[in-house]
Amino acid sequence: MTRPTPETIAHRIHATPATVAAQAAHGNHAERAQQSTERHQADRPAPAAQPAPAKITGAQSLVKSLESLGVEVAFGIPGGAILPAYDPIYDSSVRHILVRHEQGAGHAATGYAQATGKVGVCIATSGPGATNLVTPIADAYMDSVPVVAITGQVPRPSIGTDAFQEADIQGITLPITKHNFLVQTAEEIPQVLAEAFHLASTGRPGPVLVDVPKDILQAQTTFSWPPTLDLPGYRPTMHPHGKQIREAARLMSGAKRPVLYVGGGVLKAGATEGLRKLAELTNIPVVTTLMARGAFPDSHPQHLGMPGMHGSVAAVYALQKSDLLVCLGARFDDRVTGKLDSFAPDAAVVHADIDPAEIGKNRAADVPIVGDARYVIDELIGAITAEQAAGRTGDRTAWWAQLDDLRQRYPLGYDEPSDGTLAPQYVIERIGKIAGPDAIYCAGVGQHQMWASQFISYEKPHTWLNSGGAGTMGYAVPAAMGAKVGMPGTTVWAIDGDGCFQMTNQELATCALEGIPIKVAVINNGNLGMVRQWQTLFYGERYSNTDLGTHKHRIPDFVKLAEALGCIGLRCETKEDVDKTIEAAMAINDAPVVIDFVVGKDAMVWPMVAAGTSNDEIMFARGVRPAFDEDEL
Amino acid sequence: MTKHTLSVLVENKPGVLARVSGLFSRRSFNIDSLAVGETEHPEISRITIVVNADESPLEQVTKQLNKLVNVLKIVELDPVQSVQRELVLVKVRADRAIRSQVLETVDLFRARVIDVAADTLTIEATGTSDKLDALLRDLEPYGIKEMVQSGMVAIGRGSRSITTGPALRAA
Repeated sequence: MTRPTPETIAHRIHATPATVAAQAAHGNHAERAQQSTERHQADRPAPAAQPAPAKITGAQSLVKSLESLGVEVAFGIPGGAILPAYDPIYDSSVRHILVRHEQGAGHAATGYAQATGKVGVCIATSGPGATNLVTPIADAYMDSVPVVAITGQVPRPSIGTDAFQEADIQGITLPITKHNFLVQTAEEIPQVLAEAFHLASTGRPGPVLVDVPKDILQAQTTFSWPPTLDLPGYRPTMHPHGKQIREAARLMSGAKRPVLYVGGGVLKAGATEGLRKLAELTNIPVVTTLMARGAFPDSHPQHLGMPGMHGSVAAVYALQKSDLLVCLGARFDDRVTGKLDSFAPDAAVVHADIDPAEIGKNRAADVPIVGDARYVIDELIGAITAEQAAGRTGDRTAWWAQLDDLRQRYPLGYDEPSDGTLAPQYVIERIGKIAGPDAIYCAGVGQHQMWASQFISYEKPHTWLNSGGAGTMGYAVPAAMGAKVGMPGTTVWAIDGDGCFQMTNQELATCALEGIPIKVAVINNGNLGMVRQWQTLFYGERYSNTDLGTHKHRIPDFVKLAEALGCIGLRCETKEDVDKTIEAAMAINDAPVVIDFVVGKDAMVWPMVAAGTSNDEIMFARGVRPAFDEDEL
Repeated sequence: MTKHTLSVLVENKPGVLARVSGLFSRRSFNIDSLAVGETEHPEISRITIVVNADESPLEQVTKQLNKLVNVLKIVELDPVQSVQRELVLVKVRADRAIRSQVLETVDLFRARVIDVAADTLTIEATGTSDKLDALLRDLEPYGIKEMVQSGMVAIGRGSRSITTGPALRAA
């Protein structure tokens, strides 16, 4: 039995009503009453005599486990090895959404999880079905998203014989999952699934794969719930060490140029309210990484924006010149630090993360804090309040004067294209304005992703979904589909590029048939835009293999493609039409909409810290380096 | 870089060794020596890993190891506060002319002869890697025909045990 941790308990509390609800949906009343009584007695001594549980198949046990875990939806595609599981799914309370490619199932599970905070579930068959999940699993691993992937496996006697559609998916996904299982017996199915969900959703979240051989799905077994988790080696630290918190509070109170460097961990911990309190209590400037957009309102005067390769000048500068970085749930990614040995050279580092391996991995921490961001932030607020009561409050006037000056001189912005084409930044900015801060925005990877992170104002947590760590092109459409399924009352926009869109747009057929009315803005510049930008800047404008022909030949015609996939297709080519096209899309709520925004190909993402260079080398625009007044420091 | 001996207690389940060794290669660490076996608790295995690494990357790999769900506990064994042993089996040329000299070396190192053929002796020896290196150096001139060496195993000195404690479930 695992030592109960706060999440173990939360997990059980969460699972219990869902079990009741799932069982209430169908099944025999007397049996249901009996099971729910048993569940409430789980921690008491076992009754003397229990009726022998009815025999069911491993497949039924699998589906009953998913129901008992409160799973509302699973994205997947059936196939030979997983086929037995699809029979009980046919009349399960779990809604199964039949996707068009397993990669779509994986990203949809990720989008669902990121939008709702619940565990996303995807299902695939053995062999190629399972290997098609590899990219979304790696993606979820890099961004710490709670996803459970269930794959069929060839029957146990065939494992290792190069059987038809056999792949060692457990071996393949070892380095890209938080943990994975190859189910050994039908009896252990409920326990393995409960463990998979527990591992995926607690501590530092991440993907967990459960591989189930076909003969185990077909075998006879019994089912009882809840199973006992047996994870003796898994004990995430939730509560930070009091001494470290006091030391961090002492440094924060004394620092002259502190910065709160906020990462995705704050969103995952549900700590955004606390973050706001902490920031306002200390008057420390805040930067939010690509994974943390929305963790702190963009409109807040203490928000300097996003740091990193395409971060705002004020955010990059604040980190560089800081004397104290308070890193909360972020991991000093290379896209944030630039050249590591010249990153924030004068800063002491307070690094709080739930994963001890992140602390000191890239940058040594002066005050390491292991814990859940929610508890870390709450306890920091307490410790800083005590510091302030003792009269220790830092004077940040000079620091804010510098930062405000930079913000004013180097705001995020863009130039209208000189060739009269539509500015992609304008399109994205208008989508953000018209759809507003309650909508969910989901981006692919590349220029459009950076513009969407820069020119949409994020005010609320979980409204910005993207593939940050892995940089997976093709993420947007299926992830938006998953987000919309999880948040059906919310407007969900996929901001995609023409390159990304062509990788996974087949899921629009799923959206059209399953009634998932997402909105897709294809920022169509006819090119693999970010690669082209690098070719412009670093490869002498030699545009090798970046022209996709979506401008020159209009292949594919995105409007016709959208229509062929059962969506409404719209096109917008001029600035005047931008608002009314977005408004037309906003007015359609009964079908997915795709807008082909034909934009100029020469727009570039600025500011930029070129790969491998120091953050001090940040360029505000091509050939323009911000003038930092070094004497002020 | 210095040599470090890690004792890693893991759940005795299929695939755990692959998870541990895979992690080392993934984080670009070379394992000098590795030995696995059951402990006094049959559900717990003990992996002894010797790595050559600097302090900071070693700390990182230890933290990454700790994240593996099947890893229960990791202890770095101090070379002075622990006993280390390796096993070597070596088939050495030893015809009548030189057999007595070879046997003398065997005695000197408190090794044992475990198989005898007309022109060879097979010798078993245990000890620290330094001692085994010395033995092999002495046997070299006679002609080593075949040799097999185990990974190092190590255990802390004194009465304390690393297989008890809150990290491990009551066996």
